[in-house]
Amino acid sequence: MEQRYYQKEIECASREQILAWQNERLVRQVKNVWDNVPYYRKKMEEKGLTPADIKGLEDLYKLPFLTKNDLREAYPYGLLARPLKDCVRIQSTSGTTGKRVIAFYTQHDLDLWEDCCARAIVAAGGSNEDVCHVSYGYGLFTGGPGLNGGSHKVGCLTLPMSSGNTDRQLQFMVDLGSTILCCTPSYAAYLAESAAERGIRDQLKLRAGIFGAEAWSEQMRHEIEKGLGIKAYDIYGLTEISGPGVSFECSEQTGMHINEDHFIAEVIDPNTGEVLPEGEKGELVFTSITKEAFPLLRYRTRDICVLSRKPCSCGRTHVKMSRPMGRSDDMLIIKGVNVFPSQIETVLLEQGYPVNYQIIVDRVNNSDTLEVQVEMSPEMFSDQLSQVAEQEKQLVNALKAMLGIYAKVRLVAPKSIQRSEGKAVRLIDKRKI
Amino acid sequence: MTIHQISVFLENRAGQLAEITGLLSENHIDLRALNIAETADYGVLRIIVDQPEAAASLLLSNGVILSMTPVVAVSVPDRPGGLAEVLHFISEAGIDVEYMYSVFGNSAGKAYMIFRVADAKKLVEVLKSHGIAPATGEELGIH
Repeated sequence: MEQRYYQKEIECASREQILAWQNERLVRQVKNVWDNVPYYRKKMEEKGLTPADIKGLEDLYKLPFLTKNDLREAYPYGLLARPLKDCVRIQSTSGTTGKRVIAFYTQHDLDLWEDCCARAIVAAGGSNEDVCHVSYGYGLFTGGPGLNGGSHKVGCLTLPMSSGNTDRQLQFMVDLGSTILCCTPSYAAYLAESAAERGIRDQLKLRAGIFGAEAWSEQMRHEIEKGLGIKAYDIYGLTEISGPGVSFECSEQTGMHINEDHFIAEVIDPNTGEVLPEGEKGELVFTSITKEAFPLLRYRTRDICVLSRKPCSCGRTHVKMSRPMGRSDDMLIIKGVNVFPSQIETVLLEQGYPVNYQIIVDRVNNSDTLEVQVEMSPEMFSDQLSQVAEQEKQLVNALKAMLGIYAKVRLVAPKSIQRSEGKAVRLIDKRKI
Repeated sequence: MTIHQISVFLENRAGQLAEITGLLSENHIDLRALNIAETADYGVLRIIVDQPEAAASLLLSNGVILSMTPVVAVSVPDRPGGLAEVLHFISEAGIDVEYMYSVFGNSAGKAYMIFRVADAKKLVEVLKSHGIAPATGEELGIH
């Protein structure tokens, strides 16, 4: 496959060049934050640091972390590094718990964010010949505005569809011949299903999709690719750092290239805060080195992933991150092993189980126990006990392979796992430690 | 010549069986045979009822997981050695019995057994070749 790039000289720069950019920009950004963000300056002072202590990347580890909690405490203007008159936009997170997080952008910040999204679109094969159908929500959520801006930069005909109204989405897709779809993976799966139901699958001209903003599995990728007849690319980002496009997938589909000219990525041990070597699994931390209005230093994403600097067949030289494997805030330590509920969910999906499950952690005779309760489904059921037991055994083995520890599986009656109104209660930790 | 067995997933908790039989009773569905296989955590309830289709849709609409399994009902002479004789024919023919259980009551010196095998058609042929006719639904009071 012929490779195209939006900004080749940056995306394929030598490692030395990337490090030189990061060194120079980090030093400048720390000075900027020290001068303009009293909230962070205080944090540095508490650690006895001044900008003179940060001479380059090798000193990054000395800087204090920022967390979502800091963003709440400093709400709304406490982390702003520019006067409001220089800012032109805000975006906000969905705010599932507590106060919303608000991020500010200067025109320069919007430009760099849109460049990042444009890189993702070109990496997915996009050009000015494409009709880019953006079904991420528009508004405070960064999904719609980010991909919309990136699509403009690439020169695609941009359809600012926003989310919802599936009939209209499909109508526009058929009438205007949309070729690239940008939305959440779950909405892409729903659109695929709806197109099949209406018998219009053959009328779609889609060939690529850029999906992000929620967790999805390889299996879901295959289903979407098959259902819509496309290649599905992952995109990652967070409002605090800019929005979608912090990293994006290339044709190799083995991880997302982080835009290292704008963001420095580190992986840390979520318990100790220690920086981990490349290839180890831990919490992803970002430092924005080019943003003006809302420059966060060492922001803890809570996303657990692995970084890889292995050369990529696409020619891009920027570090790749794995798809997030879970959240450090719901990480469990069972028998000394880190376990993420999302890993269990992935196994259930791969094995064809309904994703109604509950994880029960307990401590019996000073030893941790892990039980996964799964609702029985008609597909799995058989009148022969041996066949049900065989299925159960397969699930136990698959969980063991993924988690590295034994999990007891308990098959329960359908609808017996409690449904909650908002986010499902997936985890019950009965341990009293 | 097979009849429908309803196989139901039972979670291992108090009252599960009472709920299912209660539902059948409220809807005047009569149990003709019943068998349970269980592990520590769950079980499979296998039943033969007088109205299989009505019972299945009733249970399904109450969120029960079930499957319909074709089984063979065999009338066995109700005397010592009656079952051994039938099993001998089956084993001779190399048919593997997955499980079996008996039907409530008997009539005219006949007892009925339910056989679950992989190849029900072959079982029927073997029985017929020995002059044993598989029992029909009517014989067992199934509509």
